[in-house]
Formats: sequence, structure tokens, C-alpha cells
Amino acid sequence: MSEETSTADLRAQMPGAWARFRKSYLLYSFKRDPVAQLCLLIFIIITIAAFGAPWWAPTDPYDLTGIDIMNSELPPMWLDGGDAAFPLGTDAQGRDLLSTILYGTRVSLLIGFGAVAMQCVLGILFGLLAGYFGGIIDATLMRLADIQLSFSTLMVAILVGAIVKASFGNLMFGQVALILLILIIGIAEWPQIARTVRASVLAERSKEYVDAARVMGFRAPRIMFRHLLPNTLSPIFVIATVQIANAIISEAALSFLGLGMPETQPSLGSLIKSGFDYIQSGAWWITLIPGAVLVVLVLVINLLGDWLRDVMNPRLHKG
Amino acid sequence: MALLDVRQLDVRFSSRGKAVQALRGIDFSLERGERLGIVGESGAGKSVAAFSILNLIAHPGFIAGGEITFDGHHLNRMSERQLRKIRGDRIAMIFQDPMMTLNPVLTLGAQMIECLKAHRRISTREARQIALDKLNLVQIPSPERRLDQYPHELSGGMRQRIIIAIALLLDPDLIIADEPTTALDVTIQAEIMALLTELCDTQNVALMLITHDLGVVSQVTRRTLVMYAGRIIEQGPTREIINDPQHPYTQGLLDALPQMATPGERLNQIPGAMPSLNNIPPGCAFNPRCTFATERCTREVPHFVSTGGTQVACHMVEAMLAKEKAHDTV
Amino acid sequence: MIAFLIQRLWHAFLVMFVISLISFSIKGSLGDPVRELVGQSVSVEQRNLLREEMGLNDPLPVQYGRFAWDALHGDLGQSYFYSKPTLDVIVEHMPATLELVLCASLIILLFSVPVGVYAAIRPASWLAKTCMGISVVGISVPVFLTAIVLIQLFSIGVHITPFPTDTDWGTWLNELISTDGGLPSFGRGNELVHLFGTWDTGFFSVDGLLHLLLPAASLASIMLPLFIRLIRSEMLEVLQSDYVRFARAKGISPGRIYFLHALKNTMLPVITVGGVQIGTMVAYTILTETVFQWPGMGLMFLEAITRSDIPLIVAYLMVVGLIFVVTNTLVDLVYGLVNPTVKLTGQHA
Repeated sequence: MSEETSTADLRAQMPGAWARFRKSYLLYSFKRDPVAQLCLLIFIIITIAAFGAPWWAPTDPYDLTGIDIMNSELPPMWLDGGDAAFPLGTDAQGRDLLSTILYGTRVSLLIGFGAVAMQCVLGILFGLLAGYFGGIIDATLMRLADIQLSFSTLMVAILVGAIVKASFGNLMFGQVALILLILIIGIAEWPQIARTVRASVLAERSKEYVDAARVMGFRAPRIMFRHLLPNTLSPIFVIATVQIANAIISEAALSFLGLGMPETQPSLGSLIKSGFDYIQSGAWWITLIPGAVLVVLVLVINLLGDWLRDVMNPRLHKG
Repeated sequence: MALLDVRQLDVRFSSRGKAVQALRGIDFSLERGERLGIVGESGAGKSVAAFSILNLIAHPGFIAGGEITFDGHHLNRMSERQLRKIRGDRIAMIFQDPMMTLNPVLTLGAQMIECLKAHRRISTREARQIALDKLNLVQIPSPERRLDQYPHELSGGMRQRIIIAIALLLDPDLIIADEPTTALDVTIQAEIMALLTELCDTQNVALMLITHDLGVVSQVTRRTLVMYAGRIIEQGPTREIINDPQHPYTQGLLDALPQMATPGERLNQIPGAMPSLNNIPPGCAFNPRCTFATERCTREVPHFVSTGGTQVACHMVEAMLAKEKAHDTV
Repeated sequence: MIAFLIQRLWHAFLVMFVISLISFSIKGSLGDPVRELVGQSVSVEQRNLLREEMGLNDPLPVQYGRFAWDALHGDLGQSYFYSKPTLDVIVEHMPATLELVLCASLIILLFSVPVGVYAAIRPASWLAKTCMGISVVGISVPVFLTAIVLIQLFSIGVHITPFPTDTDWGTWLNELISTDGGLPSFGRGNELVHLFGTWDTGFFSVDGLLHLLLPAASLASIMLPLFIRLIRSEMLEVLQSDYVRFARAKGISPGRIYFLHALKNTMLPVITVGGVQIGTMVAYTILTETVFQWPGMGLMFLEAITRSDIPLIVAYLMVVGLIFVVTNTLVDLVYGLVNPTVKLTGQHA
């Protein structure tokens, strides 16, 4: 499994893979599904807007010197009392809401993707181990997964978040919240992927090519990663898409409960939380505009996930 | 008048926005009490033909044209409600896999009684009695107990007997059996087939038997249709088709039977595979696999010609007949 | 059936054992009980004496044994904040949460089955498509956001005037799309009826029911689309099965096929998933109760976190774990009763 051969392999496959993609059912049904196209478009726009925030956001919400408390709770510019300098209004601390939302979306996306990467690593590793070796390893890992799932991933995230926060203390937690949230959500949600990987591995393991590989003297890691893993990729892909949406919601929920991003570095969830205190005084925009962004983001990811699942599992027709 | 008459039946499946033809205009008929076999490889359209008679083709399939007449009723022009009165009552079906055919969460009794009650105004007690009679007919041991059992408590062979009993519940005129023994153990296959044949005889029920097994057909049916890629390519008395097949495909099917092979040698398989529905070659659909194919076969769809007892759609046979005829007249 | 029962109970026991281990390790590693008891001013010697007395220097298995023994006898420690047994604190807060969950479950049950079945039977109809569209949006809206929107709409009220206010039709349209608000959005109200023990119920007063309305709707809003989607996809799969086709071939009426043959098979996986979702529901009560300041276990738990009330956190974990285990075991038993294939084999067929 030397580096050279694998890249050479990859390069040899490249044109073939691209041609296959161009002829694939995936691309075919994407071209015919305006909903999927629109969703991908919106997702790309939101992602670019969020990650390019430092270039085009009107202000930098992390820069405390640029904030004037006198500007707090200004409504969006199309309402009475709005200010054109703050298109979506300002929050309770006088930060420009548009900039804060752009930066907040970036944080939410970072955590969403990070957490899914984390749970893929854990899930694939544990799933392969459980499926390949079986026995006590399988029993232990899957029992653990069962327990976590019966608690629900959100509950586990809240519990782990609470424990981590209690042991770190408020200030320390705030400084490394981004990393911690990725870890927390990754740990909370690995069972989904592990189960899928395990199921595919069990289905594949009985097939002859795995026996052949074993007879040829390949070692377990090579069989697992080179032979079994590629066969589990498409279900993982479908689940991972939906899991990004779930991770973003989980992060928002944790932040809303005060177990997530601090207000100085807000995510969409902590923006909604900080705005909620002012909703009774009529400043709905601080909470509902970030809320709308969150819903749109999660919705397009969910719709893309649905579409992918339908395409990759054509037995369940939409009708 | 024939009990069942099918004319120019055209069934399509919509896929990726296009409709592919699964049946390309087939004709056949069936007399009262007659037993007809429909043979072909999987994908030939045999099952589609079976299911389209009661309009039970799975979505996205639909009947695009043709005429299905059963005892004077035009089945394909009936409403779903009218058709329901025919289903199970005048025409019954037996499915391929007895493990999947019975509802796992309902007792066998419930599944039998509901069928009777759907078609007759009778009490549960009477329905139960009829169900018991039919279970006795299909030689199920201790039928009284079976009624309260669930499908999973019975073996595959037993379940297929139950399904035959359900098919017979309302004394139908016709039973359509779609590969009724393929999913069963070899030892049980013959048993079930013998039972089905005997019951059709004693109860005077017509049988339309769908199978890929020429052996089964030769034992059970009097007449046989051979299908390939959505068309009938040869039809006639079963004995003649078995003894003297005309179409190269039928010959190939018979050659592929294990008992035709010389011991120690490979089975004589037909080279290649059945074309997929959206990729059927022009002309005679069998031409890419046919050793006798000529240029005409790739161009022109062959029509039926009569050779003694059977009818064959093959250019080669047609040409041979023409030659013989010319020879005779000379 | 007996083997099945024993297997389930063994599972339940195993899960509780793991949860108690986790709780025990949280208790041991977070927060020093001695300091909580006596504060900073006590000398090191005295503190060590106290540790010795409390058994904190014993080997870990002994400590765990003591912890488990106490837990089995209903002693989950003292809450720092409330200064009384944590179990008592939880029992006080439990009725509010149970009523909320009960109400939300009723809403879910009432709507998910008809909508899911309809969407499976007529997948192409515009009504089904609308319902499925709304459910996708539904699962994409976090529960706390639904709650906030509901508060804005029905508690605060929304007055918008996109149509001209000086015409009759304009005023009428404006009123049509505006909401009055006025529904309570905070707590359980003052008109609770005492049932027994610590149980005060909001079910028997108009005010109590009004207070339940928004929180229960929020809690249901997240689970309802999940169930609708689940029932629909399971039903779609069942409708393609051979036994449904065979039932049609028997000439059975569509009503009987849908609601007996198909629905009974559809509900089997739904029961299993439903059991798992109870766990999710408890997690969502934490969010819902936070938004509506609903004095239940979820809000209590969140307050315990902000107050670093470790014993209460641990007790909550144990109690919630017990609730999950009990409901999951019950769900498994119900599944075993409903599914005839389980009885003989002792496992899922």
C-alpha cells in the first residue's frame, strides 16, 4: 500500500471516474430535479457568503472597538427607525446583525462539517472493527451504540456538553468552544454511521473476494480499508449529508441552552438565544432572522439528503 | 367461445420519463378447463402477461393497448371496482414465493375468510366451514388448527398448499399460477405441481401456468406458448413443442435442460443473455444469440407461420417451409 | 416468550449498569463533595478526616458498590442547591414534564397515522405532497425556534399591514394574516388542580390547558414530521410487498388492504422507532421547557448545570436513564405481543 502506487492508481482512474460520473444516474436525476438544483445552489451561496464573511461583511462582529452600544436593537432598514448602515438591524449589543449572521453561519457550518468528519472517523473505525472482527468487540461497540441511540444523540450531546462545561469552567470553555462542540457532537452521533458501516461490512464480509483477500495473506487493516470500506461509501455519503443538518441543529440547540458558543463568538444558535431575551420587547429580528437563516440552511441540506437517498435507493420511489 | 382471450396486449413500464415495452402485442386464448403453459427465460414478460390480466402490474407498469376478454367481460375496460369482483372469485392467482405471499401478521383463517366474505354474503361460521373443506382438499393435516396459525409457523410447501386452497375458495374458472414451485425445495415441487394439476382436473378449473421449466410444462399442460423479449415466438401443443421444437430459441431452451446433456460435458447453454427491455434489437429480438441469424433477421420482425401443429415466428423456418413448398410443387 | 422476556430484562439491566457507571464516574471526577460540605476554610487534616469518614478514600469498586446500593434504595444524594434529596426534587418536577410529554404524544398520535397513511396511499396527490413538504420543513426547524415563532405568533401577536388600511378588503386581509396573540407563554399558570402527592395537574382548568397549548405544540412539532415520514415510507414499502398484491388478487377491498393488511405491518417498525424516539422527546423537553420556563425536569436539569449542582445532574441522568430503559423494554414487549413471528423464535424474525 505504498503512497506512489495508490496515487498512480487514482490518476489512472481519474478520467474513468469522471466519465462514469457524467453518465451516472446521480447526475441524470440531478439534472431533472429542480428542487435538488435549487437546494445545491442555495447551499453553495450560503457557504460562500459565510466563509467569505471577512471580505464582504460590513463590520467585524469580533472587533469590540467597532461597536457602539447606542446602536443597539435597531430594526431592519425597511422598518421605521431602521438605519441603512445596518441592513438587517442590530442586536442588543449594537452589532450589525447581517455581519453577525454571516460570521455566525460560518461558525455553524464549521461545527457542522467538523462534527460530521469527527463522527465519520469514529463511526467508520468502530463500524469496521465491529463488522470485521465480530465477537466481543462487536457486542461491546454495538451495545454502546444502542445505549447512545436510545438516549438520542441530542440528549447525549447535552449531557456530554454539560459535563465538559462543568469540568472546564465557563471562561475556558468559551475559548475552545468550537473544538469542544465538534468533539461533543462527533461523540454523540457516531453510532448512526457505525451501524451503517457495520451492516455493509457484514454483508460484504461473507462474499468471496474478502475470503480471497484473506487467503492471499492481506492483513486485516488492508482488507478493511481497501476492500470493505469502498463498498460502504454510498450509504455513508447519504447519512453524512443528513448528519450535517443534524449536527448544525444540535450545535444550535446546545448554544441555545448556553452549552455552546459564547456570545462574543456567536453561532446561529447563540444568536437566536441572545435575541430570545428581547422578543417580548418587540425586537423580533434579533432572533427570527438568524432563525430563518438556520432553517433555510438545514432545510436545503435535508432536501439534498432526501434526494440522495431516493437516488441511491431507487426501490423507495417518491411516487 | 374461449374462456379467456387476449389480443394484441401491449404493456409498458415508464422509466426515466420514457415508456419501455414489456409486452409487444401478444395474442393467446384459453378454453374452459384447459391448461396452458407460458415458458421463457426471466425477463421474457411471462409474469407481466400473468399480472396484466387482472390489472395487477406493479407501478410503474401499465396496459397501453390491447383487449383482454374473460367470459364475455372486457377486463381491461373494467373499473377497479368491477374488476375486484372478478379477482379471487372468477380468476384466482398463485404467486411465486409462498414465504412472501401470505400476510405475516394475520392468521391463515383470517386470510381465507376475508376472501370469502369479500365475494359472498355469508356468516363467519359458514366461511370457516368452506375454508376447512378447501384445506382438506389440498391435503393439509389437522386443518382445524391451521386456521388459527400464522404463516411463519408453516413450511414453504405447506404455505403453497394454503395458497392453492385460497385460490380454490370460490371455485374460480381460471387459476393463474406464476412460477408456483420455483421457490420450493425440489422434492416438494413435484408434489405441489401434481396436486395443482389434479385439483384443476377434478374441479374443472382452467390453469395458466407461468414457468421457465419446460419439464414442468411437459407434465402439466396441453398447450404451450414460448415467449422471448415481450413476444410469443412459438406456440402449439406441448407435446409437439417438446418433441419437435421449431424456433432456434425453443431448441436452445430444450438443449439446455440437464437431461439433454451428455454426461461429463457442459450443459448446452444458449450463448448471451436476454436483452434488457429498453435495448431490444430490431428485427427478430433473438438474432444476436441465434446461430442461424441472417441479415433479414436483423431487419424484419418475423410473423407466425404454421408448421404442422405449431406456429413459429422465425425467418429461417419460414424460408425452409417455402423451399419445401417450392420443392413439392416442382 | 419467556426467553424473549428474560433477554429484554437482561438488556435493561446491562444498560442501567452502564449508566450507573457513567453517573458514578461523573460524581467522582466532578466537584469535591467535601468542599461543597464544609467550604474552603477547613484545614487539610480535618478535610482528610472527613474524606475518610465519608469513605472517599476507599477503593473505587467499594465506592461504586455503596453508590449502587444507595441508588437501589432510592438515595441518589443531596442536591447542593435545594438542600434536600435529589430524588425528591426530581419527583416534584416530574408531573409538569409528564403532562407536557403526554399532551405532545397525543397530538403526534392523532395526526401522524392518518397523514402518513394518506401520503402513502396517494403519493401523487397535491395534498400528500403538501403534507410531505411541510414535514421536511418541520424536521428542519429546531424545536426552540418553533417555540419562539409560536410565542411571536400566538402570545405576542403579529400585526402587519401589507394591504391598504383605508379600504374594507385591505383591512379584512390585514386582519386575516395578523394574529392577536394573548396565549400564555410562560410557566403552567396559577390554576393547577392538586391530584396527589406532588402532582398538581393543569388538565382540569382552562388556564392550565391554555398554558399547555404552546409548549405541547412545540414539542410535538419536531416529532410529528418524523413520524409522518416514517409511517409513509414504511407503508410505501409494505404496499409494494407480495402479500399486499396477493390480497388485491383475492379481490379484497382497498380499505381493508390499507387499514388491515398494510397498516398492521407498517406499525411494527414504527413501534420500535417510536420507542427510541421517546428518548429524543425527553431531550427536546429540555429545550421546550427552557423556552417556556415550564417548571419540569428539563428546566430543573438545565438550572442544575448552571448551578453546577452535580448530585442533581447525576440523579437526573439516572432517572432519565431508568425512564428510557423502562419504556424501551415496554416497547419491545408490545412489539413482541403485536408481532406474531416473535412469540416462538424469541427474536425478531
